[in-house]
Amino acid sequence: MAETSALRVAFAATGVANLASIMAAFRRAGAEPFLAADPEELATAAYAVLPGVGSFGSAMSALAASGMDEALRDRATRGVPTMGVCAGMQLFFEASEESPGAEGMGILPGTFRRFSSGLPVPQLGWNIVKPAMSQGLSRANAFVREGWAYFANSYRLSEAPKGLRPSWAVYGEDFVAALERPGADGALAGLLLCQFHPELSGAWGLELIRAWLGPVDAREGGSS
Amino acid sequence: MKSIGALRVIPCLDVNGGRVVKGVKFVDLRDAGDPVELSQRYEAEGADEIAFLDISATIEGRKTALESIRRVREAIGIPLLVGGGVRRPEDAARLLEAGADRVAVNSAAAREPRLIDELASSFGVQCVVLAIDARRIASPGLDEGPAWEVVIDAGRLGAGLDAVQWAREGARRGAGEILLTSMDRDGTGTGYDLKLLRAVAAAAGVPVVASGGASLPGHFVDGARAGARALLAAGVFHRGELSIRSVKESLAKAGLEVRT
Repeated sequence: MAETSALRVAFAATGVANLASIMAAFRRAGAEPFLAADPEELATAAYAVLPGVGSFGSAMSALAASGMDEALRDRATRGVPTMGVCAGMQLFFEASEESPGAEGMGILPGTFRRFSSGLPVPQLGWNIVKPAMSQGLSRANAFVREGWAYFANSYRLSEAPKGLRPSWAVYGEDFVAALERPGADGALAGLLLCQFHPELSGAWGLELIRAWLGPVDAREGGSS
Repeated sequence: MKSIGALRVIPCLDVNGGRVVKGVKFVDLRDAGDPVELSQRYEAEGADEIAFLDISATIEGRKTALESIRRVREAIGIPLLVGGGVRRPEDAARLLEAGADRVAVNSAAAREPRLIDELASSFGVQCVVLAIDARRIASPGLDEGPAWEVVIDAGRLGAGLDAVQWAREGARRGAGEILLTSMDRDGTGTGYDLKLLRAVAAAAGVPVVASGGASLPGHFVDGARAGARALLAAGVFHRGELSIRSVKESLAKAGLEVRT
């Protein structure tokens, strides 16, 4: 049997989870996704993903109850590849209007507020994502490229925190579509937060997942 | 003008016993192919989402459908909306576990509207789609516009609900989208019921998916202009009479935003 590359990606469950789609997408990207059984597994995995499920408050309660929030904080501090998707992105911040009074992980500053342009809410469907032109970060190693992404969200971030490269989208108003810090060093390195669902964003989304996993020959256990 | 995102074109797979079937006015079902093959073909053609409606009515059929959902999920990288036989939150959880991204409820919600609230609180509003099958009825009064009643159990039974009011109530209870099918138009190829669509889109406050009757590119354009944020069709795509790509080109030519 051929040696398989151990591109293992730990997923944090937050209670009611629809993990099938995102795990299938990671398999298509060549990775081996698995559900982290405890915070230790999540903290030590080469890659970790916090998927988007449930409401802000209920997902945060589930994270805190399992201790997975500490594992994610630890990863962010160490700067190892960590992804948050949709509600999973929102939990990295302080709060959301969806669950007044509930505190997020607070790794990044900011509050998510409901879309307020009068368009149908939730935003459901495809929208163009555009990386910001310059944030003092090289474009060469950016994860997010311009393209169509699938969104399913009622709440959004309107200001990008400093030090992370934002990508933007427009749904009656500008909002943060993604935040990232490519690179291998420093706090938050390898962090990718997506308001959209890369796992549902077709070939473009698959490319993004592959970009985040890194070049094949640079992956841990990968053969060049 | 500020972007509001792209219109979605959604091919619908009515699945029975692991096969895609298609009927006219909800009856006379004919085989139209394998759900996995069709889903992959539609994704390659530019479909923005796949709708999978399990129309089997037996326990055995439901198990087969779950297996089909798993296979479709592994094969495609676009959203999968699944409906059929959802009576309680556990049913929805099973579909999500198998790979659905969003779940549609229909007859059971019309019988017990609280089901919508329960689904929304368990899975989030973006996950809950209220499917409404509507049939035109005589206007209740001389000065009033057209009216539509909600029909349930695959069109066999009137639910005693006004379709426009039901859409409004469904959205208020937590449905993040309305999948609106005109039973009068379904399978006839005469275009969406635009008056119904306009009335529901104006009332709901959430996105509306138009369904039933589209067979020409112009029908999709008309549906979008009537307020639909997504346009669904089945038979015309399965039979190869229209391609997803040609429909999206027509929408783009009409000045409507589509994903390219």
